[in-house]
Amino acid sequence: MNVMDIMRRREAGIVVMIVLFSLAVGILQPRFLTVETLRIVLLAVPLILVAAMGEMMVIVARHVDLSIGSILGFTAIVAGMLWRDHPELPIILGVLAAIGLGAVLGLINGLLVTIFKLPSIIVTLGTLSLYRGLLFYYSNARQVDPQYIPHGLIEMSQTSPIFGIPWIIIIAFLVALATYFFLDHTRLGRQIYAIGSNPVAAPLRGIRAVPITILVFVISGALAGLAGIMYASRFGYVNPGITGVGFEFTVIAPVVIGGVSINGGVGSVGGTVLGVILLGAVSVALPMLGVSGFWQDAIYGAVILVALVIDRSVRQGGIKGLLARDAA
Amino acid sequence: MSAPGSDGPTPPRALISAHGISKQFAGVEVLRDVDLDLYPGEIHALLGENGAGKSTFAKILAGVFRPSRGTLALNGTPVEVPTPIAAQRLGITLIHQEPISFPDLSVAENLVLGRNEDRPLGRVRWGDLKRDADRLMGRLGIGLDVTRPMRGLSIADQQMVEIARALASDARLIIMDEPTAPLTPKEVETLFGIVRQLRAEGRTIIFISHRLEEVRALCDRVTIFRDGNRIATEDIGKLTDGDIIRLMIGREVKGYIPKHKATIGDVALAVKNLTLHGKFEDISFEVRRGEIVGLGGLVGAGRTDVARAIFGVAPAQSGTIFVNGQAVEIKEPADAVNQGLAFVPEDRATAGIFRTLPVEQNITAAVPKTIAPKGIIRRALERTVAGDAVQRLRVRLASIRQPIGELSGGNQQKAILARWLLTDPQILILDEPTRGIDIGVKAEFYEMIGELAASGRAILVISSELPELLALSDRVLVMSEGRLTANLPRGEATDETVMHAAVPRSKSNGNAQVAA
Repeated sequence: MNVMDIMRRREAGIVVMIVLFSLAVGILQPRFLTVETLRIVLLAVPLILVAAMGEMMVIVARHVDLSIGSILGFTAIVAGMLWRDHPELPIILGVLAAIGLGAVLGLINGLLVTIFKLPSIIVTLGTLSLYRGLLFYYSNARQVDPQYIPHGLIEMSQTSPIFGIPWIIIIAFLVALATYFFLDHTRLGRQIYAIGSNPVAAPLRGIRAVPITILVFVISGALAGLAGIMYASRFGYVNPGITGVGFEFTVIAPVVIGGVSINGGVGSVGGTVLGVILLGAVSVALPMLGVSGFWQDAIYGAVILVALVIDRSVRQGGIKGLLARDAA
Repeated sequence: MSAPGSDGPTPPRALISAHGISKQFAGVEVLRDVDLDLYPGEIHALLGENGAGKSTFAKILAGVFRPSRGTLALNGTPVEVPTPIAAQRLGITLIHQEPISFPDLSVAENLVLGRNEDRPLGRVRWGDLKRDADRLMGRLGIGLDVTRPMRGLSIADQQMVEIARALASDARLIIMDEPTAPLTPKEVETLFGIVRQLRAEGRTIIFISHRLEEVRALCDRVTIFRDGNRIATEDIGKLTDGDIIRLMIGREVKGYIPKHKATIGDVALAVKNLTLHGKFEDISFEVRRGEIVGLGGLVGAGRTDVARAIFGVAPAQSGTIFVNGQAVEIKEPADAVNQGLAFVPEDRATAGIFRTLPVEQNITAAVPKTIAPKGIIRRALERTVAGDAVQRLRVRLASIRQPIGELSGGNQQKAILARWLLTDPQILILDEPTRGIDIGVKAEFYEMIGELAASGRAILVISSELPELLALSDRVLVMSEGRLTANLPRGEATDETVMHAAVPRSKSNGNAQVAA
């Protein structure tokens, strides 16, 4: 069987899940099947989509980045405070500062993982706390209120250059497109898959695993920084105790559902995008159906577990695949 | 396709010349002043006992190890080969017996990954990639879908992908380390066809194998290693099988191993017609009380599989095991333990120890009932039991509570032996008990094994070291390719008789039959 076939099948499977889910919800609540709902779903996804592109690269390389929520919060607060304290500052400088800071925080993750050979789940669990603590210290635990967020930035979530689609959605999909090109059509992108597929063999094949792994964490951090800006744009404020809290699970869930294997080496941008849209639809539909917030978390969690079980069986190709691996 | 060395009027120039190559590991010299010239368009066999140095030499050529001394020259120019990548750039490729690959990536990608490293952001053109890959596979006459993932390919197909990979980087020296061991006879034929084609293209192939029959069928010249030295290099036609075996083993047995005196009693362990298809066939032998039976043969002959079958780790499909004359059923290791068996496996690191746990827990792991009579572990009892065992076997350690992973290999091995002795086994199976431990500790081990036999236990020792096997054993069994080929009493077991039985040869080659 062809790799692309499996991928396509996985992506087709998610499309089918999205359609079935929408129809089922639509029968119970016809209001769900409207353009307005589609707009709400699409507005819910850009932050997640952008961060998911970074997270998927990290997971494809057989690592994980749990610190993205704190990086998002940190970068958003730094940009927000820049604009608050220097109202004359151009928007773009705040954006660049957020992305740059995200890259630096990602670099710290990458260095700890590669130089000290620490497991990324522990490193990023540590920096998840560390970055959040630093951001509280830096901001004096004070929120950046809506009046300080530049008007032009907030407009990017509302105004549209084309077909009524707001800027941040377009930016998010451009990021996804760039990620697709990078991962599928450059040597470096394919080497990320190689590292995740067989970390021991990669250096023997002349693949520079250490710098590439660091780069992957830097990209993940930078994209979390971009998501931080999007947060400020979309919600119009930045709060040290709220912004980005729990965001890592919001992002890892669609990545895994989209077919990115937590064992590394497997996953496509298309699948991840569809995973983000599916979970976006779920998160919009549940309140419309009158499901309580309490159950929303449980359902969200159940969807992740089901996806992991599917992932396991697809990866191993049933018993036959298992045997082939043991023999190898 | 350039054919190096063919463009001058002078005799063919060596593709690669090794001069004075030596290698030490932890102060032990495993390769000593090896000189060897390899020419374009030859298939050159490296032969030798396990540990003779042939694989080490091959790995030095391929950049896996760096030589302690000596120089390499490629087409007359001195070269350094510090890494496998450097080797690849020089046109030297090592093909592992079980190839390394990226199982989630396609065959085509596995062929090219790691080349063109200098342009990491270069585009991957999938169309070109597939076409190039198809062409490479086509040159080898292999009809493999290059877009499928590596995962699930047979070992033979994975080797073919490796060979195609070597061709893609235009390798001039291709080293194959026991490529045929995991292959079926038909796959071996295909492989040989391709290797001959590579020779016809002027490439040099190093072929490492234990199978003389294959070496005869394929190779032009042969180099024999023994104890880290290059003993001989000859055209294969000039040597008989007997010559080759004599060159491989020609050394005297060292005298440091104590001869042990045993009173041999009743049969403790017997196996009859034990068979596990693909691993071993029709194995029958017996071990008596007080007797040390050695099980010799080359790596991969199926010795460990027999031991694992007896102990119930991977039971045989047919055949019977007798303990003290009674037929017993051993389906899992617990059954074997109940029958009074103990098994010290070869691979300490993965099968024997719990690395991070303290020595005491490692030792008492096999006797939970002794240390926890009512299901709850009694720490004081555990400490006493483990402490006694440590003293009896003279395990050297800082504290009985330190993690076992911190001990030296020999002391880890002693601790594992201590664990099994606590179960008071009547039948002890030791798989390569002295592998990787230093000579002083080895001597202690031999003494201990002798004492265990003298106390009336039956002992089966698997060993790849001939001197050890010959000196320890009251009787030597030899396996070759899954079959028992010799059963030699102490007086008849010599280097020569054991090696004759161990080396797989063609049936038609009748000049050197087993002297059993």
